[in-house]
Amino acid sequence: MAEVSVRDLEVSFGHLKVLKSLNVTANDGEFLVLLGPSGCGKSTLLNAIAGLLDISGGQVWIGGRNVTWEEPKDRGIGMVFQSYALYPRMTAEGNLAFGLRMAGVARDEIARRVAKAAALLQIEPLLKRRPAELSGGQRQRVAIGRALVRDVGVFLFDEPLSNLDAKLRGELRVEIKKLHTELGSTMVYVTHDQIEALTLADRIAVMNGGVIQQLATPKEIYRRPVNRFVAGFVGSPSMNFVSGTVSGDGIVLADGQRVGLAGYEFAALPGEGRRAVLGIRPEQIDIRPAADGTAGMKLAVSVVEPMGADTLVWTNAGSDAVSVRVGPDASFAPGQVLDVSFQPAVASLFDAESGARL
Amino acid sequence: MSAADVAAPGATAAGPDVLAEPRGPKPRRISVGRIGLYAFLVMSAIFFLVPLYIMIVTSLKGMPEIRLGHLFNLPAEPTLQPWVDAAFRACTGRDCFGLSPGFINSVKITVPSVIISIVCASLNGYALTFWPYKGASFLFGVLVFGAFVPYQVVIYPLIIGLSTVGLFATLPGIIIVHTIFGMPILTLLFRNFYASLPVELFKAGRIDGAGFWRIFFHIMLPMSVPITVVAVILQVTGIWNDFLFGIVFAGRNNWPMTVQLNNIVNTTTGVREYNVNMAATILTAAVPLIVYFVSGRWFVRGIAAGAVKG
Repeated sequence: MAEVSVRDLEVSFGHLKVLKSLNVTANDGEFLVLLGPSGCGKSTLLNAIAGLLDISGGQVWIGGRNVTWEEPKDRGIGMVFQSYALYPRMTAEGNLAFGLRMAGVARDEIARRVAKAAALLQIEPLLKRRPAELSGGQRQRVAIGRALVRDVGVFLFDEPLSNLDAKLRGELRVEIKKLHTELGSTMVYVTHDQIEALTLADRIAVMNGGVIQQLATPKEIYRRPVNRFVAGFVGSPSMNFVSGTVSGDGIVLADGQRVGLAGYEFAALPGEGRRAVLGIRPEQIDIRPAADGTAGMKLAVSVVEPMGADTLVWTNAGSDAVSVRVGPDASFAPGQVLDVSFQPAVASLFDAESGARL
Repeated sequence: MSAADVAAPGATAAGPDVLAEPRGPKPRRISVGRIGLYAFLVMSAIFFLVPLYIMIVTSLKGMPEIRLGHLFNLPAEPTLQPWVDAAFRACTGRDCFGLSPGFINSVKITVPSVIISIVCASLNGYALTFWPYKGASFLFGVLVFGAFVPYQVVIYPLIIGLSTVGLFATLPGIIIVHTIFGMPILTLLFRNFYASLPVELFKAGRIDGAGFWRIFFHIMLPMSVPITVVAVILQVTGIWNDFLFGIVFAGRNNWPMTVQLNNIVNTTTGVREYNVNMAATILTAAVPLIVYFVSGRWFVRGIAAGAVKG
C-alpha cells in the first residue's frame, strides 16, 4: 500500500497562508496530477508531501503511516525536480548510488539496483558521465533513475519536463507513462501544462489560489469543468466564453440572439434573467445549421488560422470572440456569417459572478 | 541581369561588380581611436612599472654605484649580495637575521588563519543559505555590518579581551584576530555562492537521506572549489600584507614579514642601504605577487563576486 493522503494541510510563509485546510488523496498505484498556474500552491503541496518544508497544520499520510513529523528520507518517496538537481561533481552512476550509500546499503546491492534502474531507463552508456556531459533529456532520465533506485512506492515529480524542448517533452512524457504502467507505483505529478496533465493522469487536481478547484478524471475535467477557472485552464485552444442572460431553458446573448439549451443538465435551474456565461470548446462547434436536438448560433468570421492538422476560425458573437475548430481544407472569408450548431449536453454554463457551473 | 546569369551562379561570382560587394570576413581597419587607446595603455603600463624597475635595478647595485645617483641606469656590476643581506643579515634593532624570521612568522600566521577562516566561513555560508533558523537573517546582517567596521575601532577592546584570556601577543592570538576579521567578507562570499546554487540540489540531498554534514561534505563542498580558490587568494594576500594586526597582536617573537620589513627600512643607525631595502621590499611583496600572477583569473572573479578586501 502506498497511498498518499494529505489531511487538513496548512502551509504559511510568514503571514501569508498558501494552503488552507487542504485535503487530497492519491490512491495506491494512482497517477495524480496537480495542475494549476504558477503560484497556485501545487509545488508547495508537493514539497509538503515530501517533507521539504515546514507545515503549519494538518497531517501527511504515506502508505498508511502518519509521516507528518518524519524526515524526507524516511517517508518512502522518490522525487524528480524541474532543474534535474543532479549532483554535478558525481557521475551519473554516483548520482544514482548516492541515496543508497547514505542509507548504508551494501555495495553489491547498490550495483544491482543501479543496473536495474539504468536498464529500465536505457541510460547504461551514460553511467560514467558527469551531468555536464549529458543533454537535458539524458539528465532528466538520470534524475528519474535516482528516484527509481530508492525502491519506494511513491514518486513525486515537480514539473520534470518543463526545462525540456517540445519534442523531448513529448518523448519523455510517454516514457513516464510507461514507467507508471510497469512499476504500478503511486505518482504525484506537478505541472502547469494541461496537455501533460490530460495525457498522464488517472485523476487531475486542478488548483488555483491554494485551493483544489476540481479533482476528477481527465475526461470529467475536460467535459464537465466545475467552474470557469477549470474550464478556461484546461483545453487548448481554450474554451470559448460567451456572456448573456438566462431565459427559460436557453440564454440570450449580448447581440440579442437566443441560444436554446434544451438537453443541458442544469445543476439547479437558474432564475430568469440571471447573468451567465456559456462555455463551448472550439471542437464542439459544428459548421452546420441547427437541427433536431442541437442548439444554433450565428457567428461572424474575423480571422482564419490554418494549423496544419486543422484550422481555427476566429469569429465574433456580439463582443465575445469565439474560435471554431474545423477541418484543414475548410476556407472562410472574413466577414462571412456562419450558421453553427452544438450539442447543449456537452456545453457548459457558468454563473457570471461566481464562475460556478450552473 | 539576364536569365543566363541567374542560371549560372559560377559566372556571377567572377563578375567584377560582385567582387566589390561585401563577402567573407570584414577587413580590419586601424583607426585613430585604436592607436590612441593603445598609446594610453602602454603609457599607463610604463608609469606603473617604472617604480618596480627602479627597485629591481637598485637592488642589484652596490652602494658605491647607488651613490652616483643614476637612478635609471642598469647595474654596472650586478650583485646579489643585497638580496642575501636582506634575507639573512639585515638588522632590526640589535638582531641581525634579515627577513627570514619574519618570513617564517608570516607563514605560521597565514596558513592556519586562512584554513580556519575559510572552513568557518564556508560552514557559515552553507548554514545561512540552506538551514535558515530563527535569527539567521539578523546574524547575517550583523556579519555584513561587521565588514564595514573600521579595524581601529575594535583594536583596543580586542587587546583587553585577548589579554584577559592570556592570548595577547601570541601566535594563536593573531590567528584568532585574522579569523574574526576575515569572517564577514568570507561569509558573504560563501553565502552568495551557495545562494546562487539551485535549492533543489539541497532538496535532492535531503530526499536521498543526507543530513547537515553529509550534504555539506558530499554535495556542497565539491562544488565550492571555485569560490574556495577565490577565498584563499583573498585571505592569503590580505593576511600576508597585514601590518596593523601583526604589529599589535602578534607579539615581538611572532612579528610577520611586513613588520620586520618596516623595521629594517626604518633603522636609524648606520648608513641607509637602499639596495638592501629594495631587495627586502621585493621579497616581502613576492608572495602576494606570485599569488596574483598564478591566479589572476580567479582573483578577478573574486572581485566580481563583490569581495574587495582593503
